[in-house]
Amino acid sequence: MSGVPISAYLTLALVLFCIGLYGALTKRNTVIVLISIELMLNAVNINLVAFSKFGMIPSITGQVFALFTIAVAAAEAAVGLAILIALYRNRKTVNIDEMDTMKN
Amino acid sequence: MTFSGELLAFLILAIVAVMGGVLLLNLSKVVHMVVALVFTFVSLAGIYVMLSAEFVAVVQILIYSGAITIIMLFGIMLTRHNDTSEVKGGRLRKVLLFLGVLGFAFAVYIGIYNLDFNSPAANLHENNTEQIGIALYTKFIIPFELTSVVLLVALIGAIILAKKDDEEEAKKE
Repeated sequence: MSGVPISAYLTLALVLFCIGLYGALTKRNTVIVLISIELMLNAVNINLVAFSKFGMIPSITGQVFALFTIAVAAAEAAVGLAILIALYRNRKTVNIDEMDTMKN
Repeated sequence: MTFSGELLAFLILAIVAVMGGVLLLNLSKVVHMVVALVFTFVSLAGIYVMLSAEFVAVVQILIYSGAITIIMLFGIMLTRHNDTSEVKGGRLRKVLLFLGVLGFAFAVYIGIYNLDFNSPAANLHENNTEQIGIALYTKFIIPFELTSVVLLVALIGAIILAKKDDEEEAKKE
């Protein structure tokens, strides 16, 4: 097999996933947390498409699964942003450390 | 591994993608972070083309660098976003989180760094869209229809969550 091996693609996906995980856990703005989650989902998509080409039995199923993931991720972004807008209207903040109503 | 054009393309795309992610973590303005992530999304589309998934690459550009970036920019513009102050005293927590993420990355990397299935050559690049369409309408017809239901539910749910309460509107009128 010539060209780029599968481990390079998997390592790229791992690096992007770790950046997304760190961003989702440390950032204060909720929009950035949402978009970090999108980055993590993107890294998972790379894995799916890479295994669809370089897996034990190469087939188109991995790409179809990646398309389903993209559809669900888009729905998740829309609903998450709607929740954020509703929360902003009530609490006048988008910082994730001030959204602690259930704590008290 | 010999140096080839494919490797060069992979390296450029991967560096741009990781650079977009690092800029996301390090920039101070929220709008700049989202725009930095567009670089990542576009170069991931290039990675998909290299993996002979042209249709997924086009969908990636349409959905991620088109729709999701725009919807996130709207979310930023509709809320208060000029607050760039960082919370005090979170340094220890950040260091601990960084070490945890690094440990996770190392643990996964041990598992994947010399993975090779010796897979047979696939013909995924020939009529890629046609293959996906055939697979969607034969094997995956029920999940495909369920996805449309999920999108409809998300559409209606987002509208209901984000619209003003009826009582508030009644008060204004």
